[in-house]
Amino acid sequence: MIGSEIPALIPVTYILFAILIPVIGLWKREITWHLGVLGTGIATLFSAWGFMHLIQTGETIRYFFGGWVPPIGIEFVYDGLAAFIVLVINAIAFLVLIHSKEISKVEFPGKKMAYYAVSMLLMLGFNGMVLTGDLFNLYVFLEISSLSSYALIAIGEKRAPYSAFRYLIIGTVGGSLYLLGVGFLYTVTGTLNIIDMHDMLPMVIGHSSVIAALILMIVGVGVKAALFPLHGWLPDSYTFASSTSSALIAPIGTKVAAYILFRVVLFLFGVELIDDQLPVTTIIGIFAGIGILYGSIMAIAQSELKKMLAYSSVSQIGYIIMGISLANPFGFIGAVLHILNHAMMKALLFLVSGSMRLKEGHSLITKFDNSYRKKYPWTMAAFTTAAISMVGLPPLAGFFSKWYLALGTIENSNWILLAVILISSLLNAVYFFRILEKVYLNNPDAESSEETEVVERDEVGFSMMFPMAVMAIGLLLVGIFNAYIVNVIFTMFPAGF
Amino acid sequence: MLDFFMGHYAYWFTIILLAIGLYGMLIKKNLVKKTIGLSIFQAGVILFFVSVAMKDGATVPVKADGLPVSEVANYMNALPHTLMLTAIVVGVATLGVAFALLINIYNRYGTLNEEELLDKIQ
Repeated sequence: MIGSEIPALIPVTYILFAILIPVIGLWKREITWHLGVLGTGIATLFSAWGFMHLIQTGETIRYFFGGWVPPIGIEFVYDGLAAFIVLVINAIAFLVLIHSKEISKVEFPGKKMAYYAVSMLLMLGFNGMVLTGDLFNLYVFLEISSLSSYALIAIGEKRAPYSAFRYLIIGTVGGSLYLLGVGFLYTVTGTLNIIDMHDMLPMVIGHSSVIAALILMIVGVGVKAALFPLHGWLPDSYTFASSTSSALIAPIGTKVAAYILFRVVLFLFGVELIDDQLPVTTIIGIFAGIGILYGSIMAIAQSELKKMLAYSSVSQIGYIIMGISLANPFGFIGAVLHILNHAMMKALLFLVSGSMRLKEGHSLITKFDNSYRKKYPWTMAAFTTAAISMVGLPPLAGFFSKWYLALGTIENSNWILLAVILISSLLNAVYFFRILEKVYLNNPDAESSEETEVVERDEVGFSMMFPMAVMAIGLLLVGIFNAYIVNVIFTMFPAGF
Repeated sequence: MLDFFMGHYAYWFTIILLAIGLYGMLIKKNLVKKTIGLSIFQAGVILFFVSVAMKDGATVPVKADGLPVSEVANYMNALPHTLMLTAIVVGVATLGVAFALLINIYNRYGTLNEEELLDKIQ
């Protein structure tokens, strides 16, 4: 029965293509793009099929590697949450790689083979992080994805290697702190399996090494998730990397790290357990709130589209982590829904900025003008959809995750975080509407309003339009069929909710 | 008090190594020295795992006739050591990527000093 093999098949697909791409690339360099798209496509099909299978049967699949039963062996746990996240990240990667066809010829000519091989390794790391049920295995996948993302970020503008190096130093320290935390937990529980350790932790919870481990793990994963005071690497990395790298890493990388925080805080420790010892949820809630406002304000100050989107990522990851910190069902739904919504919105926005860089040679907001709406009507329509969704207007997906997060803050009577959500929505509106204003309204200061130039329509090609259109329509559909998705998320709650 | 220090000396060394590594990454201006600091930091974590699994007077976890399996206290736990083999490999890969990036930075800017680099970037 293939259903029970799904958790292993998804990473194996990526390993296979990470090897196939260099081998076949030596022989035929042109088809590396096709192979990359094929690899992510197969993985997306597997994860979609597994997700459907899981919804129908409702059974968590635990795949034991080599037949070794945990806690001795390593297992992959394919439960509702993991299946959902795997489907989201694989589908986004599939669409982003389709979009990269034209960009790869301009931004990294001659490096296509290495680029697609490394991006397969990146996706291997992310899928492994999501699926694994073993804390040390998680560290290994964390480092696989991190090392690949350093390499992908270094391919880009002149400054890219330096920002990648800074990310490498900060990211590796984060990974090492996480490993130290795992070591502390191992010394008191003697196991590395998440489910096994969850059963043992109540017996040793008062021990000082458990508290030290919790702090080390949250800080270590927080670096990867760009939780507010640890976000320093993010803006430069996303800005100077090639458009495809930012579109691949920005929607997926920080989401997967936030998912690890879900696993550690809600599934491994459990909220009641840690809040007895240390007000962890309150503290990360405060940092998330500050991060949301800081990211939004910094985004307003930027004049470059990609840098603005990077700061906006810092702000949006705050929403997801705020959902964890609320630790109630509404907060959980809001956070999981926001992982899906933000992955689509951010990927779409970065793809638009990539298309603009390809067509116009820059993505400076100051140079945007109203000729764009005639030149690129569909690209700008997609951009507008994503922007309105980011602000959170009702028919689109972005509204619903904010709605559930707001309900969560009300349930906890946490009025400060509620205010943070509302203020940041206004700030989002400020930084997106100034672009929409430039594109869709006539500039009153323009001198030659009489002699209206005839602007040729110069829409991007099909390979770029298709992913953007799918995501824009997806945002609308997720918004409309929101109730169904929330019903599915209801089945993913950790024990104790 | 002395017991507290002497009894945990392996952990004190771990802390000292972590501190040296952090110092190197934060204070040193040369990017290669930062990379060395990173490596020392990782070594600190690896030594922590190795010393955790160390046990006085115990032997390797292989069943011997003289030692019955029921006396688990006589055996060392080999798992942290094997985990660290993987962590060492990860560390080597990280160093490789770091040096590849440094070569790229040097080719583009002709310096590895952070202050000069930031001046040239501006």
